[in-house]
Amino acid sequence: MACSFLPDLLCKFPSIDDTTIRMARKSVDDGFKGLVRAYTNAIDVLVQPLQSFLNFLESVFVNSPWIVILIAMVAIVYYGSRNMRITVGTIVSMVAIGLVGLWNDTMITLAMVTVCTLIAILVGIPIGILMARSERAQSVINPILDVMQTMPSFVYLIPVVMIFGIGKVPGLIAVVIYAVPPMIRLTNLGIRLVDKEVLEAADAFGSSQWQRLKNVQIPLALPTIMAGINQTIMMSLAMVVVASMVGVGGLGRNVLQAINNQFFTVGFLNGFALVAIAIIFDRTSQAYGKRLQKHSEVIHG
Amino acid sequence: MASHAIEVKNLYKIFGPRGREFVDRVKVGMTKGELNERHGHVLGLQNINISMPAGGVMVVMGLSGSGKSTLIRHINRLIDPTAGEVLYDGVDVCKMNENDLREFRRHKTAMVFQKFALLPHRTIIENTIYGLEIQGIPDSESRKRAQGWIERVGLKGFENHYPNQLSGGMQQRVGLARALTNDADILLMDEAYSALDPLIRVDMQTVLLDLQKELKKTVVFITHDLDEALRLGDKIAILRDGKVIQQGTGQEIVLKPADEYITAFVKEVNRGRVINVETIMKPLSGNPEGIPVVLGTVLEVAARMMTVANQTSAHVVTVDGKPVGSIDLATIISAMVTPISHEPSLQAAE
Repeated sequence: MACSFLPDLLCKFPSIDDTTIRMARKSVDDGFKGLVRAYTNAIDVLVQPLQSFLNFLESVFVNSPWIVILIAMVAIVYYGSRNMRITVGTIVSMVAIGLVGLWNDTMITLAMVTVCTLIAILVGIPIGILMARSERAQSVINPILDVMQTMPSFVYLIPVVMIFGIGKVPGLIAVVIYAVPPMIRLTNLGIRLVDKEVLEAADAFGSSQWQRLKNVQIPLALPTIMAGINQTIMMSLAMVVVASMVGVGGLGRNVLQAINNQFFTVGFLNGFALVAIAIIFDRTSQAYGKRLQKHSEVIHG
Repeated sequence: MASHAIEVKNLYKIFGPRGREFVDRVKVGMTKGELNERHGHVLGLQNINISMPAGGVMVVMGLSGSGKSTLIRHINRLIDPTAGEVLYDGVDVCKMNENDLREFRRHKTAMVFQKFALLPHRTIIENTIYGLEIQGIPDSESRKRAQGWIERVGLKGFENHYPNQLSGGMQQRVGLARALTNDADILLMDEAYSALDPLIRVDMQTVLLDLQKELKKTVVFITHDLDEALRLGDKIAILRDGKVIQQGTGQEIVLKPADEYITAFVKEVNRGRVINVETIMKPLSGNPEGIPVVLGTVLEVAARMMTVANQTSAHVVTVDGKPVGSIDLATIISAMVTPISHEPSLQAAE
């Protein structure tokens, strides 16, 4: 053994002693708790609109007759994709979900994913634009995104729960944290990849910064931004299961119960329901994105 | 509104973070290579002085890397100069604030790009109105104006196509229509025709020349093609390594190339299409002989007229028909072939 002749200091890593660590940990935890307690009211006020919007959407999804929801979904899917196969697939999978008794849970999950995606888009696109415009913003935001994407979601659930308690809103925040990085990154990338010559032309005709963004950068970055939205939806769907640990209902909670009780069939049924929704969202948004880009496909021979 | 001349004065451009510091050293003789190797800065343009004629076509010619595209971008300040002035109507474009510059770009200049730079997600008509749209002109009005220019450049019927559905030549017609719709005094054309097939290029040159006859804009045209420069340019400046090595009319450049570099360029030129009859005519002695040829006719045309008329001599007349000189076929032919004095240096250069 090397330790027989090496000094102790080089052999066993000299960690800070337990008492100091415990003290530091305790003071950070207590400080954080105190901070949260001090601002409980402010946090509640801040969260309230989010909570009501989420509740409203959920009640709309759950309380409407299933046939209305189904028709609305089919209409959205058809007008988004203009594709019969995707439309028929949507009808078949939604009917199957209803038949196995998961309609209500699916509606709750749909409401959750819809809100999460909207928030991720609203937050992600402006940040992405900011990153594309400023090297400094990019160098600050990029490492934050790296942390958001690699930090295990259970870890940031801890402070989120401490701040917001158990319920839908902390779940929503956890999902958005997980799902927003691709939105930001792909918006940034899309804008940075815009053809320099076209931008130069926009400048040469005297575009203002806003006109340049609105007329050139956003439209030309749109395929990439659409890919970002697609990724965000997929990641929200994946995350609703984890979010069920902090009190989000729907399909995720069923999966969590199935894991705890080893309900093989229930687990898979709910899992497949999630997969079905994911595929519907994915195919529709991709087909829609492609349709937006129709002008670039007809290449002159 | 009459166009004004553009005066480029003592213009320097040094690319790099500390370009300004090196201007004085370049002025006292630091070379492009030295600046690049010792200080990591690139000398883009040095001491450019060009007066671009009002209402005429100024051609800036040079090979790639000569700085011609950098120069044209100083006129609407897509690139900021390191030192020097670009004057239009007495105002220095380089000193404008952001707002004035935007207004200048919107109302005084329009640009045509080498790779067209059209907006792929907009139809032809929507691309054409772009300049008017950002000026805030109502849609119906700008569409009406754009429609006229689309028809003038020969794209009627393609208004609702997307750029990708058109060929390169047609896309550049859109680029030209977009610039003309802006109704600006200055038309900047950055290698506008370099990406086109030779036949289409000549076609587009004709379009430009025809339009210019009535529009009389101040056109700045960048090219690497001497034939194009000679065909279009009222005045030509030749750039090499960021310096103007010769400027003047096409005839002056072909007849008196300033150095071997330009000599090498002009040796391939069809001189018969550049040199005018008055350049080589002799003073009239005795009665005017043969057929009349009007002043300003190029040699090739004069030779063709004489051949058709089966004559070996002709006399040059003014527009009013007053005889001013005489010319014969032998003189024309000797002026049309490349002089021997240009040949040996060329062989040495190759």
